[in-house]
Amino acid sequence: MNYLLGAFKPACNISITFTDGKNRKQVPIKKDNGQIVMNPLFQSQETIAGKINIEPYQGKKVEHNGVKVELLGQIEMYHDRGNFYDFTSLVREIDVPGEIYERKTYPFEFSSVEMPYETFNGVNVRLRYVLKVTVTRGYAGSIVEYQDFVVRNYVPPPPINNSIKMEVGIEDCLHIEFEYNKSKYHLKDVILGKIYFLLVRIKIKNMDLEIRRRESTGAGANTHVETETLAKFELMDGAPVRGESIPVRVFLTPYDLTPTHHNINNKFSVKYYLNLVLVDEEDRRYFKQQEITLYRLKEETLS
Amino acid sequence: MIADDDEKWLAAAIAAVKQNAFYMQRAIDSNNLKDALKFSAQMLSELRTSKLSPHKYYELYMRVFNELGTLEIFFKEETGRGCSIAELYELVQHAGNILPRLYLLCTIGSVYIKSKDVTTTDILKDLVEMCRAVQHPLRGLFLRSYLAQVTRDKLPCIGSELEGDGDAHMDALEFVLQNFTEMNKLWVRMQHQGPSREKEKREKERNELRDLVGKNLHVLSQLEGVDLGIYRDTVLPRILEQVVNCKDELAQCYLMDCIIQVFPDDFHLQTLDVLLGACPQLQPSVDIKTVLSGLMERLSNYAASSVEALPNFLQVEAFSKFNYAIGKVVEAQVDLPAAGSVTLYLFLLKFTLHVYSDRLDYVDQVLGSCVTQLSATGKLCDDKAAKQIVAFLSAPLEKYNNVVTILKLTNYPQVMEYLDHETNKAMAIIIVQSVLKNNTHITTADEVDALFELAKGLIKDFDGKIDNEIDEEDFQEEQNLVARLVHKLYNDDPEEMSKIIFTVRKHILTGGPKRLPLTIPPLVFSALKLIRRLRGGDENPFGDDASATPKKILQLLSEASTVEALSDVSAPDVALRLYLQCAQAANDCELETVTYEFFTKAYLLYEEEISDSKAQVTALHLIIGTLQRMRVFNVENRDTLTHKATGYSARLLRKPDQCRAIYECAHLFWADEGENLKDGERVVLCLKRAQRIADAVQKMANASRGTSSTGSVALYVELLNKYLYFLEKGNSEVTGDTIQSLAELVRSETKKVESGAESFINSTLRYIEFQRQQDGMSEKYEKIKMEWFE
Repeated sequence: MNYLLGAFKPACNISITFTDGKNRKQVPIKKDNGQIVMNPLFQSQETIAGKINIEPYQGKKVEHNGVKVELLGQIEMYHDRGNFYDFTSLVREIDVPGEIYERKTYPFEFSSVEMPYETFNGVNVRLRYVLKVTVTRGYAGSIVEYQDFVVRNYVPPPPINNSIKMEVGIEDCLHIEFEYNKSKYHLKDVILGKIYFLLVRIKIKNMDLEIRRRESTGAGANTHVETETLAKFELMDGAPVRGESIPVRVFLTPYDLTPTHHNINNKFSVKYYLNLVLVDEEDRRYFKQQEITLYRLKEETLS
Repeated sequence: MIADDDEKWLAAAIAAVKQNAFYMQRAIDSNNLKDALKFSAQMLSELRTSKLSPHKYYELYMRVFNELGTLEIFFKEETGRGCSIAELYELVQHAGNILPRLYLLCTIGSVYIKSKDVTTTDILKDLVEMCRAVQHPLRGLFLRSYLAQVTRDKLPCIGSELEGDGDAHMDALEFVLQNFTEMNKLWVRMQHQGPSREKEKREKERNELRDLVGKNLHVLSQLEGVDLGIYRDTVLPRILEQVVNCKDELAQCYLMDCIIQVFPDDFHLQTLDVLLGACPQLQPSVDIKTVLSGLMERLSNYAASSVEALPNFLQVEAFSKFNYAIGKVVEAQVDLPAAGSVTLYLFLLKFTLHVYSDRLDYVDQVLGSCVTQLSATGKLCDDKAAKQIVAFLSAPLEKYNNVVTILKLTNYPQVMEYLDHETNKAMAIIIVQSVLKNNTHITTADEVDALFELAKGLIKDFDGKIDNEIDEEDFQEEQNLVARLVHKLYNDDPEEMSKIIFTVRKHILTGGPKRLPLTIPPLVFSALKLIRRLRGGDENPFGDDASATPKKILQLLSEASTVEALSDVSAPDVALRLYLQCAQAANDCELETVTYEFFTKAYLLYEEEISDSKAQVTALHLIIGTLQRMRVFNVENRDTLTHKATGYSARLLRKPDQCRAIYECAHLFWADEGENLKDGERVVLCLKRAQRIADAVQKMANASRGTSSTGSVALYVELLNKYLYFLEKGNSEVTGDTIQSLAELVRSETKKVESGAESFINSTLRYIEFQRQQDGMSEKYEKIKMEWFE
């Protein structure tokens, strides 16, 4: 794609390949321009190794002051676009200064890299992992190539996972008791539960369960909170009478969810909520929001 | 306006369904599961509308239903292609809207069951549970109806391939019961949807949907493994619980009827107490009588259809259960109008008559219960109740076709007590008509007594009041019935028969002045018939002590209160005739004093009561006719009576009447049989006297000729005939001279004026001519010469 920019055409083409790139799982990532690309998936403590090819264009030579590869973990705030905060930064020098005349391949390896945070694409914040290859040149400017990769960290099922049970209501108007079978769900889990109607004096039209994501960025006075509704799932149609209990069964699979993130590097947090919404015939909404924890369960341990 | 909008919305919805169905079909054709799901969900979303009336919604539902059939087949194929059905089962649940989600779930669920990958039970349980999420009555009802529809052939029911073990039966049962319960709840709730002013319309619409609910009961009845035990312990209590708890009139009415209609007869019979126990718990507005009547009718038919069933009825004491239940219902429903409770008893009675036709005591019990009920309400006044009571009381009559049977029902008259006069009379008419129609033989005095007690609406006035408004013709008609009834009473045994007559008399005499003239005659004639019978049987088998001697009966008749009652009520002519009849009977029995007494009474009546001259003429002729035939009198008595009669004759008002009466009196001196009663002289005397009167008439006629056309020619001819009669009888006092002079009179008179009696004269002459040529007569007729008449 660089050749499109003829004038600034760099002198060489840099490509990065991972050792097990063919077999490694690829996951889709949405880029800034909205394009979806597939990126390889890693998890913490994995060794990230591969090869870097540098291939000068026909008849050109690349003079450089050295070649290095960096593994960066970056957080980017959208209000501060382009300004990355690196929470992880590893560097490997792969070539001493010199000249490259023809295609040259360098192996690299970062062994057992600590990558505590997951890749995340939020409304106001992005956390990404990237390999950055730099061919340092004095006058002509360095040639840089990036290769994104995705990090996902799996956790075992939590030892304590209580159900959420609560009675809420508006006096003499509406009393319900709801119950979700867990407070912590993995991303392919099913929310099971029940809503009991203890008192119904309003004409309810329908009842939805919303999955909401609250992303808070910054700290202190600069905290910025963004809430998105990721799913709106109709639980009930029509008006129940007292004594009815309505089943809840929501599969999380179809939704684009991430694990809950707590205070990632003091930069941001991502929390999930279940929002139970009752709508009456005059379109008034009655709701109750409950936080749930989402986690990523290791695939093999599923079911 | 609203209807138009309805149409428009429906059309739009149907168009959307069609469109989505088309895309769905295309996706199916290209095996695109994702799109198939997407478009089917969109299609199903049309069912989320709230704008359509139930009727239109049903139309829309049927469209969608047809399309879902295709989808079901697609799901089946899809699983054949390696797509796991469990995955599909999850996949359809990703749909964001509840209604499409659940329709799809039901569709895939039915495929799931067929695949036998999981136990039917789990799926059924899941489906029926998940469907709770639709609480909108109309949409929920149709959704569950869809669920019932698609699972129906998958339940382990009779003849299905999916017969499971015992547990599966119970689970299927549980499934249907639960679906039924929920559907009913939704259905009942429908009435509260929307503004209350449209309630009536809504109830109508709701009624149209009832079969959706009722279908569940039908499915239940088809389930395999539902035997009597399960029905009694599980099915029925659960259904009834729902029926009772829903507290909705429409639902209770319909569902009770459903229960009665869908489950087998012997189930009902064995669970009667449970089923009936629910009845008092229903809403007061529920038309229980329709429900119970349905049940009783069914059981009646059952009893009628198989003889083997009958012992079961006895075994479960169906009758007492019904009786008890109805009592409870009446007790529970305070506002039940009298007509309602009577109707209930009517149905019970019909049932009893059908099933226990030989158990009169049961029938009587029903009547008794009814009496108890009525005693609380007092006399019935409203028309409806009265109608029902009449039907109630008529039922046993129709069944047994025999009043005698009815008379054994001790409570029968008590029920009649509660009728108003009008109805009581109507009922009495029905009873009497039944006797007449069926030719019922009522043979004992006791029965007669009871019968008349029942029919007293006809026999007497109530509270001494006389209803003046009554139509005379109707009244006559009614009393005719009583008269006919009296004639029906018959017993071969004269002893008993006389008792019957005594009884009838007792009742009839209470009838009051209007009735007596119509009812006494049959009584008298009935008595006379008995008397004749007694006489015919020559020896009296009972000796003199027996009450059934002619004398005693005649005494009864002559007693002041019987026939005389008539004279008191201004029907003396009838009384007179009856006395004469009695006299004749007494004469036949050769009881002179009694006969004399009757005549005395007849004479007294003639003198005191009969004042109309025409009536006098008629009465006198009757007296003469009767007296002529009397044989028991000694000379003295006879003379007295004859003399009196002749005297009356002479005192008649009109001369022609006098004339005729007197020539009739001539017969009193001439009886064919009695030798001692051939006083030719006095005969001729009478005739002469008659002729004198005729002469007088003639004179008067001549005096006023022109104004009056009635001459005495006819009288002369009549006299001539009388002479001829006695001549033939051999009265030697009749001479040719007398006849000749009479003939001349006739001739001269006919010449003077057109008498109008020519044909009479001519036929008389022809007769004379004829008789002259007869063998036995020619000598007697020699005295007459034909030229006299020329």
